[in-house]
Amino acid sequence: MSTLAGTGALVRLILRRDRVRLALWIAAIVVVTVASAAALAKLFPTPESRALFAAGITGNQTFVALIGPLFDATTIGGLIAWRLGGFGAVVVALVSLLTVVRHTRAEEEAGRRELLGSAAVGRHAALAAALLVTGGADLLVAVLVAAGLIACGLPAAGAIAMGLSFALAGWTFAAIAAVAAQLFETARAASGIAGAMLGAAYLARAVGDAEGGSWLSWVSPIGWAQRVRPFAGEQWWVCAFAATVAAALATAAQTLSARRDLGAGIVRPRPGRATASRWLGGPFGLAWRLQRGALLGWTIGFAVVGAALGSVAESIADLLNSSPRIRVLVATLGGQGAVVDAYFTAVFGILGLVASGYGIQATLRLRSEEEDARAEPVLAASVSRLRWATSHLVFAALGPAIALAAAGVTAGFVHGAPDDVPRLAATAMVQLPAVWVLVGIALALFGAAPRFARASWGALAGCIVLGQLGQPLQFPSWAMSLSPFTHLPRPGSGGVEAAPLLLLLATASAFTLAGLLALRRRDLATA
Amino acid sequence: MASTIEVAGLVKTFGRTRALDGLDLTVRAGEVHGFLGPNGSGKSTTIRVLLGLLRADAGQVRLLDGDPWRDAVALHRRLAYVPGDVTLWPNLTGGEVIDLLGRLRCGIDPRRRADLIARFELDPTKKGRAYSKGNRVKVALVAALASDVELLLLDEPTSGLDPLMEEVFRTCITEERHKGRTVLLSSHLLDEVEAVCDRVTIIRDGKAVESGSLAELRHLTRTAISVELAGPPIGLAELPGVHDVHVDGTRVRLKVDAAALDGVMRALTAIGLRSLVSQPPTLEELFLRHYVAER
Repeated sequence: MSTLAGTGALVRLILRRDRVRLALWIAAIVVVTVASAAALAKLFPTPESRALFAAGITGNQTFVALIGPLFDATTIGGLIAWRLGGFGAVVVALVSLLTVVRHTRAEEEAGRRELLGSAAVGRHAALAAALLVTGGADLLVAVLVAAGLIACGLPAAGAIAMGLSFALAGWTFAAIAAVAAQLFETARAASGIAGAMLGAAYLARAVGDAEGGSWLSWVSPIGWAQRVRPFAGEQWWVCAFAATVAAALATAAQTLSARRDLGAGIVRPRPGRATASRWLGGPFGLAWRLQRGALLGWTIGFAVVGAALGSVAESIADLLNSSPRIRVLVATLGGQGAVVDAYFTAVFGILGLVASGYGIQATLRLRSEEEDARAEPVLAASVSRLRWATSHLVFAALGPAIALAAAGVTAGFVHGAPDDVPRLAATAMVQLPAVWVLVGIALALFGAAPRFARASWGALAGCIVLGQLGQPLQFPSWAMSLSPFTHLPRPGSGGVEAAPLLLLLATASAFTLAGLLALRRRDLATA
Repeated sequence: MASTIEVAGLVKTFGRTRALDGLDLTVRAGEVHGFLGPNGSGKSTTIRVLLGLLRADAGQVRLLDGDPWRDAVALHRRLAYVPGDVTLWPNLTGGEVIDLLGRLRCGIDPRRRADLIARFELDPTKKGRAYSKGNRVKVALVAALASDVELLLLDEPTSGLDPLMEEVFRTCITEERHKGRTVLLSSHLLDEVEAVCDRVTIIRDGKAVESGSLAELRHLTRTAISVELAGPPIGLAELPGVHDVHVDGTRVRLKVDAAALDGVMRALTAIGLRSLVSQPPTLEELFLRHYVAER
C-alpha cells in the first residue's frame, strides 16, 4: 500500500484548509433540507390537504419534469421526498465534484502537488484523500439529514433512505470528478466536464420522468437518488447499485492516475503559433481568447438542453389530450397552449439561474486574472482598468444572452412550428435582466470588496433557494422580492410587463457602474 | 526633462504594515538606475506605485512628467515592465504573449523581436503552462526589450535565468543605454548592478538609505589592504579612517576609508613595504554594512 502512504496527513491538510468551507456547505444543505421538510409538514398536515395538492401535480407534467415523479402523496414523507429529494441530490453532487477537483487537479495545476509528491507521499494519496474527505462530508450530510428528519417525527427508514440518496449522488459525482481530473490538464476543464455531466444527468431524468419513467431516468445518477424512493416503499437495492457504480468510477480514476505523468492529462500539448494573429491585439482580443471556450461550451450545452426541453413539451401535449377528464381541467387553466407556455416559462426560469452561474463565472475571471498576477502586465501596458474590465464584462453580459437564445431557438425547433422559434427565444431571453443583476452584484463585489468577489455565488444560491423553496414554503413577500428572478414573468401569468424588467435593468446597471467606479479607485491585488 | 522618475516622501501602507516609509528616488533620463534591496524591502511595491497599480498614501510621484495614477494609460504607452514573478496565460503561446504585450504598448519591432528570441534561445511556440520559470522571464523580457519605449521598469528580471542568459541580459541592457533609454533595474544581485548601472539607490525597510553614482558610492566604501611590512606595525590602528586591523607578526590586514587612503599609504611606506595586495571596494561591502548593522 505504499502508493497510499501519507493519505492520512493529506486528509488532515484538506480538513485544515477547508474547515470553514466544508462546515458551511454541510450546514447549509442540512439546515435548508430539514427546515423545508418541517415547513412542508406544517403546510399539509392532513391526508385531505395532501390529496388536494397531489391532484394538482399529477395533472401537470411540468412539475414531474422539473422536480421528479411523485411516488406517494398520501404520507407527508412522500411529499417531502418528492419536493426536496432531487434538488438536494443535485446540490450535494455539485459541491462534491467541485471539492474533488479543487483538491486534485487544481492542486496539481498550481504546482503544490509537486512539492507534496517529493515528500514521502504515495502516488495515489492525493486522489484518495480528496475522495475520502468528500465522501466523508457527504456521509455526514446523510447522517445529519436523517437525524433531522427523524427529529421532525418522520419514519426512520425513510429518513435514512433520503439521507443516503443525497450521499449517493455526492459519491457518484465525486468519482466522476476524480475521473475528469485525470483526463484534463486544467481544473477549469475538469470541473466543467464533471458539471456538464451533472447537467446531463438532471436533463436525462427530466425527459425520462416526463415520459412516465423511461430508461432515461435510469441512466441518470440523479434519477437513482430519486428511485431510492424514501418514504414511498424504499428500494434499498438502488443504493447498492449506485454505490457500486461510484466505487467502479473511483477505481477507474485511480487506474488512470497510475498511468500518467504528474501535471499531464491524456491530451498531449501541441506547439502553437509563434506569432499572434491579428485578433489578439488588445484587451478584448485577450478576453475573447480566455472566454471563447466557455462561451462555446455553454452555448452548445444550452442548445442541447433547449432541444430536450422542447421534446418534453411534446409529451406534455400528448398527455393533455389523453383523457377527457384532463382536457376539461386543462380548459379551465386556459387551454393546452397556455399550459405548454407555462411549462416553458417555468423551465426557462431554471435555465435563467444556470445562465447566471455562467455570467458570474465569466465576471469572476477578472478576479482570477488579478489574483494570478496576469492582470498586472496588461494594466502596466496602455490599458485602462475600465477597458480591461469591460472587455470581460462583455462576455459576462452577452454570453448568457447567447446561451439562453440558443436554448430558446432549439426548443422552438424541436417543439413545433417555425413561428414558435422567436416566441420561445423571447421567453428564454426574458430571464436576462435578472441574470444581469447577478452579474452586476459579482462586478460590484469585485470592484469594492475584491476578496469577497466569490461571495456572489452565495447570491446565486440565495436566488435558487428562494425560487425553489420560497413558494411551497410560503416565504414572506419581502424575502421573495429580494431575488431578481421573482420579478420576472410568472408561469401562466399571461403577458410580459415592462416595468419590473426595466427596474431590474436599472438595478443591474447601478451595480455594474458601482463596481467599475470602485475598481478605478482601489489598489490592485499584489502577489 | 532631467528626471524620468521623481519620487519624494512616498508612503504606502497595507493594513498595519508600512511597506514604503518616506521613500525618495530619482532616476535621470538616459541612465540605468540600480534599485538594490533585500527581499521585502519595498522594491516591487515602489514599482507598482510607479505603474499606477497601487495608490500612494502620501508623497509625490512623477513618472515621465506625469502622474502615474491619473495618467496611467498615456504613460504606459511609453514604458515597458517586467514583473518579478512572471505568470503567463496557460493557453497562450510565448510568441502570442510577446505580440499581445507589444501591441498593448506602442507596437513591437519584428526584427528586434526575432533577434531577441534567437539570443535568449526562446521557443515561442510553447504554451504558457509548459514554460519553466526562466523561460517565462524570457518571454516577458523579449516583450519589453522589443517594444519601442522610453523607459524600462525591470523587477528582478534575471531571477530564474542561467548565467549564460544573464550575460545576454547584461549585453541587452548596455545596448539599451546606448540607445538612450532609461532603465530602472530592481535587483538583489550586486554584481549585476555593478556591471550595468550608472547610478544606484539602496532601499531598506521602505526608505532609501543610499543613493548616488557607483563612483560616489564606492567613495563611501573601504578598500581592503593586506601587507607584509619590513618593520613592526606600530601606530597603524590609531590612524584616522582605519578599521578592522588584524596583526600577525609583520603581516597586517586592515580596511581604509577612501578619504584616508593617502595618509595610510604614507604610514605604511614609512615602515617599509615587502608586499601589498589591495582589494577594490565593492557595493557588497556597503550593502552588507547597511543590512548587517541592523541585526
